[in-house]
Amino acid sequence: MAINPIKHEMPTQDPQVRAHNFNEVALGYTEEIALEEASRCLNCVNKPCVSGCPVNVHIPEFIAKIKEKDYEGAYQEISKSSSLPAVCGRVCPQELQCESKCTLGIKFQSVGIGRLERFVADYHNANNTAKAVAPASNGHKVAVVGAGPSGLTCAGDLAKKGYKVSIFEALHTAGGVLVYGIPEFRLPKSIVAKEVDTLKQLGVDIETNVVIGKTLTIDELFEDGYEAVFVGSGAGLPNFMNIPGEAYKGVYSANEFLTRSNLMKAYEADPTTPIMKGGNVAIVGGGNVAMDAARTALRLGAEHVYVVYRRSLEELPARKEEVEHAMEEGIDFRLLNNPVEVLGYNNPDDPRDPKNGFVTGIKCIRMELGEPDEKGRRRPVPVEGSEFVLDVDTVVIAIGTSPNPLIKNTTPGLEINKHGGIIVNEDGLTSRDSVYAGGDAVTGAATVISAMGAGKLAAKSIDEALSNK
Amino acid sequence: MYRVVSRKELNPTVTQLEIEAPLVAKKAQPGQFIILRANEDGERIPLTVAGTDPEKGTVKIIFQIVGGTTEILNHKMVGDYLADFVGPLGVASEIEGLKKVCVVGGGVGCAIAMPIAQALHDNGCEVTSIIGFRSKDIVILEDEFKACSDKLIVMTDDGSYARQGNVTVPLKEMLDAGETFDEIITIGPLIMMKFVVATAKPFNIPCTVSMNPIMIDGTGMCGGCRLTLVQDGKRVTKFACVDGPDFNGYEVDFDEAMSRGRMYMDYEKHARDAACNLFKKEAK
Repeated sequence: MAINPIKHEMPTQDPQVRAHNFNEVALGYTEEIALEEASRCLNCVNKPCVSGCPVNVHIPEFIAKIKEKDYEGAYQEISKSSSLPAVCGRVCPQELQCESKCTLGIKFQSVGIGRLERFVADYHNANNTAKAVAPASNGHKVAVVGAGPSGLTCAGDLAKKGYKVSIFEALHTAGGVLVYGIPEFRLPKSIVAKEVDTLKQLGVDIETNVVIGKTLTIDELFEDGYEAVFVGSGAGLPNFMNIPGEAYKGVYSANEFLTRSNLMKAYEADPTTPIMKGGNVAIVGGGNVAMDAARTALRLGAEHVYVVYRRSLEELPARKEEVEHAMEEGIDFRLLNNPVEVLGYNNPDDPRDPKNGFVTGIKCIRMELGEPDEKGRRRPVPVEGSEFVLDVDTVVIAIGTSPNPLIKNTTPGLEINKHGGIIVNEDGLTSRDSVYAGGDAVTGAATVISAMGAGKLAAKSIDEALSNK
Repeated sequence: MYRVVSRKELNPTVTQLEIEAPLVAKKAQPGQFIILRANEDGERIPLTVAGTDPEKGTVKIIFQIVGGTTEILNHKMVGDYLADFVGPLGVASEIEGLKKVCVVGGGVGCAIAMPIAQALHDNGCEVTSIIGFRSKDIVILEDEFKACSDKLIVMTDDGSYARQGNVTVPLKEMLDAGETFDEIITIGPLIMMKFVVATAKPFNIPCTVSMNPIMIDGTGMCGGCRLTLVQDGKRVTKFACVDGPDFNGYEVDFDEAMSRGRMYMDYEKHARDAACNLFKKEAK
């Protein structure tokens, strides 16, 4: 039988409809589509896809189980490597990871590994009623700082080995970026809650409202009997452009905009946390966070949403599917444009005019691609005299974050790099004995799956260190 | 869940609650703040720690009813619970080495100024306190200030109690008369702090202000609490939640902070009315 050269399309909500609701955009493969897509897998002997996965999911093995219609078996196969399959199937940039290595991809489109992973995880969540069982305790206590992707992964792996794990989370809900950053329409919060529940069934204790570095220090955790600490405290303060007008009302960091909408549920009808809705909105940046902010603004009722990005479509760092979805929904991409000033309203005759200080527009300059920089990316250069103004009411800056300063400030001996990231060795160990770290706290803003990979690595290192004690 | 242990109405719009939160109580220092959610699905609001009892494991907060959440908070009685209570956040006020300080508080800001005056007093510092209120019926914490101040001046805008005028009047008189301080620490409405700074400037006395911008997470993630400092002619963005809330008053761009503070003013009024209506309905 000839191989279908095309990856099966992901069924989605109609763009015109989904642009006005917060329900999940991608609906997931049906069993029929999943079986057909699974049949495209060549089951290569050398498994190149596995090497493309930061947590080395046994990809051909789980796809083989799908072919046998043993979906629960497929789930168990994924679970050997990944603690959060329903999350990864949705948010991983597969085209840069597993699918980029797929043998089929050399001639045809690669196998839809991410979509199959999601199918398997959703099947499990819908059909499996058995609770996870906490294994017998091995008597060791480990503390995890932050209930985001790296912390949840590290905690899950250790709990499965019998460690007593406590996660300390600063916010009122577990999930980290999965609940405050990634919107409902891309990752339903019920899925995150389900993954967190599974960890609790494994005996993981989650203490919300505890800020390590403030409420308790890392040294106090050791005094309390924890034998190792994993720091997955995540992204920190948002970067701004340092252009005039960024303090006008209506200028948000993407972290703030998304936190208001996602964590604080400002998208609901009568929210307790306010957010600016409607009007015209400009998002500055081109990553996944920028796409999330743009599509959130649209769903909050914006008339027109621009994405202003200083390079071209080719360099746009966001996950491909998100860019395509955003375009289908009518997001207006203004590529090769860079903001130079945010404009605001100031009534010279009336200092008490309530409109004073609110955003009215964003002044941009056109860019062209010049010589490649040290990373090989062509450097954008401003075109002199090409400034123009987009009339907008809200500006969301999505140009990255710097690691959170709270832990480094209160943990003597913890070394950090010049960007504020915690320095770790190849085992995930920091400069402090028995203190491990991973995720955005180490790398600066990166992906969910790379954070999970770091959590996994640290769990392995912690297990090796403590089981030899 | 965090239990309300005691409750005291300081005036018709300002209430003090004592909350059971042992970890926060153990750590909190004057000048630091907490973030709370009154109920599940409520908004997160920052409030400065007004006092702690580490042995009892309790933290005092004082708040003025301005929006929906503070309205809901004001309906919490002894034995009720707050959904979330996290802290202590922010950097504690620096009081070490100060020998003679003037503490200037305005309105509900006095709730934050008082523990700082107390800490200074306990450190053997000579404390002059100037506290100002709009009118007699909203004067708070006068006895507490009296107990920790070597000199206390109470002002009301309308003259309905103590001396009439705003807090800068006696401050300027003292400074003009040659009085000097190691530092002036001021906490209150932005406009008041701006004028305290302007009053102190000709006399070159270090002036610390406590900023209370809009916040969400309060842990250095969202950037909503950003403000601008002018340092050596350069504009620098700082975050009140991790860099503050105390800042050098001479560097703060108050006009910008005032404008940003009004971002959700209409919304806050609406939210408070909605919360009020809800409680009225329940009472029926």
